[in-house]
Order: sequence, then C-alpha cells, then structure tokens
Amino acid sequence: MKGLLPFKVERRAVPSGGMVLLVSLLAIVAALAVAAGLFQAYGVSPVRAYGLIVRGALGSPLGLAETVRRATPLLLCGVGLTIAFRALFWNIGAEGQLLLGAVAATGVGLFSGLPDALLLPAMFLAGFLAGAAWGLVPAILKAKLGLNDVITTLMMNYVAMYLVEWLIHGPWKGTQMRGFAYTDKLPDVARLSFIPGTRTPWLTLALGLALAFVAYILVTRTRQGFEIRVVGENPDAARFAGINQVKTILLVMLVSGGLAGLAGVGEIAGVHGMLRSSGQISMGYGYTAIIVAWLARRNPLAVIATSLFFGVIMAGGDVIKSSLGLPFQLINVFNGLILFFLIGSEVLMRYRVSWSGRRR
Amino acid sequence: MSTAPGAVIVLRGIVKRFPGVVANDGIDLEIRRGEIHCLLGENGAGKTTLMRILYGLYQPDAGEILLDGCRVRISSPRAALAHRIGMVHQHFRLVPTLSVEENIILGLDEGTGPFLNLARTRQKIERLAAEYGLAVDPKAKVWQLSVGQQQRVEILKALYRDAHILIMDEPTSVLTPQEVEQLFSTLRNLVDAGLTIVFITHKLDEVMRVSDRVTVLRQGRVVATLPTSATDKASLARLMVGREVVFRLDKARHEPGKRVLEVADLHTVSDRGLPALRGVSFSVDAGEILGIAGVSGNGQRELVEVLTGLRRATRGKVLLAGKEITNRSPREIAEAGVAHVPEERIRMGTVPNLSLRENLILKGYRYPPFCRSFFLNRRASTENACRAIALYQIVAPSDATPAKLLSGGNIQRLVLARELSGSPCLIVAAHPTYGLDVGATEQVRQILLKERERGAAILLTSEDLEEILSVSDRILVLFGGEAMGTLKAEEADLGEIGLMMAGTRQTEGAA
Repeated sequence: MKGLLPFKVERRAVPSGGMVLLVSLLAIVAALAVAAGLFQAYGVSPVRAYGLIVRGALGSPLGLAETVRRATPLLLCGVGLTIAFRALFWNIGAEGQLLLGAVAATGVGLFSGLPDALLLPAMFLAGFLAGAAWGLVPAILKAKLGLNDVITTLMMNYVAMYLVEWLIHGPWKGTQMRGFAYTDKLPDVARLSFIPGTRTPWLTLALGLALAFVAYILVTRTRQGFEIRVVGENPDAARFAGINQVKTILLVMLVSGGLAGLAGVGEIAGVHGMLRSSGQISMGYGYTAIIVAWLARRNPLAVIATSLFFGVIMAGGDVIKSSLGLPFQLINVFNGLILFFLIGSEVLMRYRVSWSGRRR
Repeated sequence: MSTAPGAVIVLRGIVKRFPGVVANDGIDLEIRRGEIHCLLGENGAGKTTLMRILYGLYQPDAGEILLDGCRVRISSPRAALAHRIGMVHQHFRLVPTLSVEENIILGLDEGTGPFLNLARTRQKIERLAAEYGLAVDPKAKVWQLSVGQQQRVEILKALYRDAHILIMDEPTSVLTPQEVEQLFSTLRNLVDAGLTIVFITHKLDEVMRVSDRVTVLRQGRVVATLPTSATDKASLARLMVGREVVFRLDKARHEPGKRVLEVADLHTVSDRGLPALRGVSFSVDAGEILGIAGVSGNGQRELVEVLTGLRRATRGKVLLAGKEITNRSPREIAEAGVAHVPEERIRMGTVPNLSLRENLILKGYRYPPFCRSFFLNRRASTENACRAIALYQIVAPSDATPAKLLSGGNIQRLVLARELSGSPCLIVAAHPTYGLDVGATEQVRQILLKERERGAAILLTSEDLEEILSVSDRILVLFGGEAMGTLKAEEADLGEIGLMMAGTRQTEGAA
C-alpha cells in the first residue's frame, strides 16, 4: 500500500498574521503568473505589459490620480462589504446599491431645488439612504423569510441596472444631450472639487479613509461589532446569547448598502456630473469590491491597501487598452483569477502541507 | 520483540502528533483473536486516535502495525476493510434519507453494471441479522430508526464487508440501559462466532462487564494491559487517572428553600412539529437539584429549550420566583437570572473562532463593566478572563486563545465560568459532563453542588443515570413528553427508575 500523493495535509492551529499576508501575496503572484500567459497569447510580452501597467498607474502624478479615482469607490464599497461579510451576510449587491446611490444623488442634484449650500449634503444623505434601502430589501427577505442572500443581492443589481436605463431613456432623459441617453448635467454647485491638478475628487476619498477607520473601530471595539462577529461566526451561539440576529443583519446591510450608495454619489458628483448608463457609471466597482474586501480578509483597515491595489489594476487596464490595443476586459479576467486563487489559498491557511519522503 | 500466539493485531511504538499535542506517544498494543479488548482512558488519552490509525483514518508518525504477524500499512478505511478491520464510530456515518440496505451497500460495488441488486443484498443482510441477533428492517429509512437500531446498522455495515476485527468507539454513549444490554449480548454473539472486538470506553462498569482484557491509556501512553478478571474498578480508575477517584459525592442535606421555578402543564412541539412535551408540571426550590432522567428523545431537550427561551411553549406556564417568564426571549430570561449550560457546548455555548476572553463575555458584553455605552471595555473583559481562568482552572495558553483550540473539559469550564458569573437563581444544566473525562466530570459536579449550597435552584438533565442519582435531590422521569413521576434521590431505586424510563407510571404518591 502506498499513499496517493507524496505529501501530507494536516490541520493547522491558527494562521498567524504574517502567514495570512504571505498567502494573500502568493495568491496575487499566482494570478499575475496565469495572466502573463494571456498576455503571451495576445503576442505581448508579459514583462512589458506589467511594466506598462505599473508605470501608467503609478509612474506619473496623473496616473496616480487616476489610480486613486478608481480606488475611491472600491474603498467605500469594500469597507461596507467587510462589515456585511463579518456577519456572514453575502452581499453581492454593492453594484446595485452603488447605482441607487447614483440615482438618488442625481435626482436630488437635478430636481430638488434645494439652496446651493444644502445641495451636496442632501445628495450624500439621499445616496446613503438609497443604497441602504436597496441593501435592506435582501436583508429583510433573509431575516424574515430565510431567502438566500447571494441570490437576492445579486438579482437586485439587475433591477438597479434597468432602473438606471429606464430613467436615462425615459423620464430623466436630458434635453441638452442631443439624443444621447444621459440626464442633464448637474449644476456646478452639485459637483465635488478635485485634488488640484487632477480630475480626482478628494472628498469621497477622505470620506472613504475616515470610514475605514470608523468601521474598524465598530467591528473590533464596540458592542454592535461584537454582535456582528458572533452572528457571523456562530449563529447558534448568537441565539443562545440572546443577540437579536434580525437587528444585526439589518444593521450590517444598512451600513454596507449605505457606503456603496456613497460611492455612487461620488461617481455622479465627482466624476460624471450626470447619470448615464450603468456600465459607464460603475464599471463593476461593486463586484470588484467583493474581491477587495476578501483580499483584505474582512478587515476594514486593510481595505485601504487592497482598494488601492485594484485601483492600480483598473487604471492599468486603461493603459493596456490605449497603448497595447488589448481589451479592457482582460482586467476582469485578472480580477477573477485573484479571487480564484484567494479562495483556493484559504485551504493553505487552514492546513499545513508537509512533504514526506516515500516510505517503503 | 516476539509475538504471543493468537495475536491478531500488534501495534509497536505508535506515535502520532497533532499541533501542540502528542496524542499517541510510543504505544505498544496486542489484540488477541476472539477477545473483547477494552481500551480504557480519559478523554484525550489517545484511544480514538490510536484506533483511527488502525482504521486508516490517520497515518502514524512512527511505529508499525502487524496483522497476523505481517507488517502492513493501512492507508485508508478502504485498506483497513481489505484487511477485514471494521469500525463503528461514536457518531454514526449514515445517510438518514436512505434505507438501511442502501446505507449498508454504500460505496460497495454491488449489483450488475449500473443497477443495484437489492434483493441479494437484502438476503445477505437478513442472514447476518439472524446469525448475530441484529434485528433491523432492511427497507426502513435510517431517520426512522432509534439510535440503538442505527448502531446495529453500523455493525451490519462492517459485517457485510466481512470485517473480522470490529472497533467500537464509545458505543454505549448514545444508548439507553436496555439498548446497552442488547449491544453487549450482540458483542458476545460476535465473539462466539470468531470475531475480535476492540471496545473504546471511559466507563469502568462496561470494562468489567464486557471485556476479556483491558488496556489502560493515559496521556498517550499505555499504562497497563490486564486480564479483566485480574483487576477491579478501583484499580482501573487509579491507573486511568493516576490518582484516587471519589465515586460518591458528599453533599450537605438539602434544606428546603423558596420556590424558584414552577412549571405548570407545559406543552411544546419538536423540530418536526410533533408533540414533545405533553403537560409537564414540576417545581424546583432554592438549594435543590432536580435531575431529569429519561431515555434521550423523550422531551428533555425541548424542556430545556422552553425554559431558556429557545423554544416556544404551546401551552402552560413557566414561573421564575413567582413571575411568569413563559415564552420570553432568551435575553429576558437570562436577565431574570437563569443560567444555561447548553447540551451542545461547542455548537451553542461558544464561538469557536473568538478568543477565550471574548467567549467569556458572550452574554455579559452588553452590560457594564464590559461595555461603556457603545464601546467594549477591554480591560474589564481581560480582568474577567483572568479571574475565570484562575477560579475555574481553565487551561489555556492565554486569554487570546481561540475557543476552538480548547479541550472539551476546558470549553465546559469556560461555559460554566460565564454562565455562573452573575450568581443566577436558576441553573439549567443539560448534560453538563457528557464526553468529559473523570477529572473534569468531578469538577463540574462539585461546581454544581457549590452552586446548590449557595442557594441556586438547579435543573439537571443527563443521560448518565449514575450522575443523576449521585447529584440530584429529587429525580423527575420523563417519558414520551410526560412526567412519569418524581422520586427522592436517596430513596430512588435503579429498577424503579428504569421502569419509569420505559413508560411505567409511578405507583405510590409523588415524593
């Protein structure tokens, strides 16, 4: 009798912090290596492609600003998702929650008639509430009827997408836009100011950084955070301890959806200045944020780093499109690869592999 | 090293390490053909690990296995079965929605081509069942069977695969006294038919009753191997724990106190919507332990859940110190002074990935001093953990150790430390010593007695009748969701309780 494989797999006690970092980096390297094969298949040297991506995204002030602009919505959505994921609520719906935030911000910006000074704050508030409301629907469906959160949050994305399409083709279709399916432009007072010399809004970035800290404190230092962790780690113990699970689920989705909504406000008031098709508004930020939150191992502070990393990738996507003529979708392939290797690497953290000499 | 004649299995120098522990530390063991060989030891002594090595579930880090004198490597359970070694696990490996016969042939290449030949299977099962006295309907679905019947299916599964050596891992832990009797006579039949049985247990009575020889393990090492006829319970206990064990608990006489818990005409339904409690009434006083005896599945679990707010009563009342708490939330009931030591201490009583420190505030986190408005007070929870670790002798590297790394005994100490911290007036303890070793069991019982002396009312459910008898002041027997009667512990007679557990109502007036 001989073993099937020349190594043994054993359970590991608790992965150390360094181990988690190492394994995460390994997952990224593995994804980069597989993606290198893709570049090769397109006839582009992977070394050159990666060089272009890094130089394009980080090598110049403008490239850096572009990276940060991409990272901001990822940061806001990602921080919210870490909280939902802590409670083991699988919010796949940040994309839709972001779009609803964008819709609400546009609506307030164009039609509310509020005084100038109140306009932006009202847009942020409306965006948060709209994202939160969009997130609460699946939360209530799960808490009250036990519906699967993955399915409902995902489906809500499509509803949000078509809502945006309907608005820009129908009631909100702009009069100044000569047939394009856009709304009218927001007044200047409803626009965010940029980091000087760039087209990157600073307010949403600052908000994202601040909220990452707040979320970290919430999860690790507060009563609510404790409840969130207990509900996520062991729902039976939560019931035993008298923790109100319905309330906890609603709370995490209020925050998670609300933060995605804020990201939507940022895209409208900071980047586009109008509502346009969902593909242009979001470019899949809500989906990429899932990977951002997962790579951060559900730690809100680590999201700052992981969202920047994906900002580089997305900004780099523009570069490979313009200077190499490769499809931007390669970036999505790369994102998928990272998630694939990350989830695969969980096994490495929980188990130890040791090579054993073949015994006779 | 020479091998004694008749040795069917010889284990030599078996070593198995897990992160942080050496489960088996150079074990030598010899099993003779046709004997019932008990492996005796406390929890964590390495019994199950050793048998999992023999069954191919683990690979030893060192040492060798000889079958009939030949060195073998057992790489998987399939390989073990090829060597005609079968194992009946403590927690059965059955598919509840499949029938008995389907379970038995699961994983075997039976029938022709893609089709099963269940008729032939059924014949073979019936032949085996008749031969060894293992009556069970091959067509019944497993979920419809009692625990004892399910165990028979597990044994049949091994016999169907021609096992000649049968490893039984704590087979009696889930059985009623009657089912234990039946199991023992089955084991005798098997041995008479030429099988060899390795019987893992930590119960001394069983060793004395069923085995031919016994090997005592302690901390991963063999302490002794003896013919059962040449030893007795007391010396085995000494070998097992390395010190004297007190079997009788000294407890102060119960002084009747105030009425703490009063339950009147309680009804509820099980998870499957069937009646689980049918009009149960009783009371528990301060300073009194009421033991709930009964074969498992007769309403004990549901009773505990209703009392602690985890299940709704469909009728009846629960009064705590005169105030109604029927169908209140678990939180309100805990705040009213009810502590709950849950039956499933890992699944319910702890959050495995949170630290010992955080698990100790699983219920207290929302009250001062553990929180100040929104924020948790880390210093208070650290101090609390230090106190609990010292007071309850929890063995852990630090208060930051995740609960999942604690042993069963230490998890139960954690749960007790947390649940008893607020000086509760009622303690609902479900199977508080289930699966614990002798030392931890003794400690848990002493803790309960101390709480009783403090004046707490205690409701204790347990499948260990001896525990109920030695700890309780009064005993209530449940059968089919109804109270069969209440006995005073000192007047209780095992035979009478056994009859009541089987559904005979108490004859004389209630004690």
